Amino acid sequence: MDFWVSFGSIGLFLILALLFAVGTLSIPQILIRLNLIPRKPTPVKLSTYECGMETIGKTWVQFNFRYYFYALLFVIFDVEVIFLYPWAVAYKKLALFGLVEMLVFIGILVVGWLYAWKKGALEWK
Amino acid sequence: MEIIPPYSPVEVDRSEGSAINQLMAASTEPFADQETPEVRRAVLVTTLDMVVNWSRRSAVWPVAFGLACCAMEMVATAASRFDISRFGMELFRASPRQADLMIVAGTVTWKMAPQVKRIYEQMAEPKWVVAMGQCATSGGPFAESYSVVPGVNRLVPVDIYIPGCPPRPEALLYGLMMLHKKISRESLMTRRLQ
Repeated sequence: MDFWVSFGSIGLFLILALLFAVGTLSIPQILIRLNLIPRKPTPVKLSTYECGMETIGKTWVQFNFRYYFYALLFVIFDVEVIFLYPWAVAYKKLALFGLVEMLVFIGILVVGWLYAWKKGALEWK
Repeated sequence: MEIIPPYSPVEVDRSEGSAINQLMAASTEPFADQETPEVRRAVLVTTLDMVVNWSRRSAVWPVAFGLACCAMEMVATAASRFDISRFGMELFRASPRQADLMIVAGTVTWKMAPQVKRIYEQMAEPKWVVAMGQCATSGGPFAESYSVVPGVNRLVPVDIYIPGCPPRPEALLYGLMMLHKKISRESLMTRRLQ
């Protein structure tokens, strides 16, 4: 009983979300079936949009591998900020203990960052 | 006219020039203006028309397409003083896939003409075109020029022409209100085939 009280609303919310998603996705299909939406595909219309220019070359191009390092470092510090916010909100309650904990956490990340820096991951060569 | 890399800049230029020349040769005659014919409607269709037209004219999203100085007035129209969002039109779309209206704001040169036509063709139906200002309407002061399209109706069928050089935001808003009126007169029985 307690289980249904606790998680019933989440289940209901899930069902509603699913219904909403399916409903909105099916509206255009229904309108097309009712012949309310004009549908006139042409080769030009179906071609890739590139600011009105014709596309030149292939879509599959190689990206520099160094983007990957930047992305990885960005994700790490992004997550760090996510952890910093709740700490900042509960700063007064956690007092000195929280501050030390956070300094340890940031210290670990800084060590990793220094390692990446030393390895040359931040340099674009 | 497909260019396969490796290509030289000269080749790209040449193919672009030939495309422009082809378009110039193909568009000597202007498109007819888009008229909305008056029709006798059945009761059911009238009600459906009302709903469909209301929903269409209440959110006419323009494609962001500023060509020349008229674009400044278009930007001013979108900003807070004139506030185009009163008409549900504040969303200038960066992609023609999501847009219903092309406001041709400014001088259309032949160099730009293939892109204008292509963006219009890539917009999803139903779609409308507003020729804003003298240049887009008839070429304006450059009507006799070798490089300017004498009226954008050579390239795409136009719904509304707005005079002015450039038109004030009030004029553009009035033109858009006329467009809304035009949309509300459309019927599913005589669907525009474009």
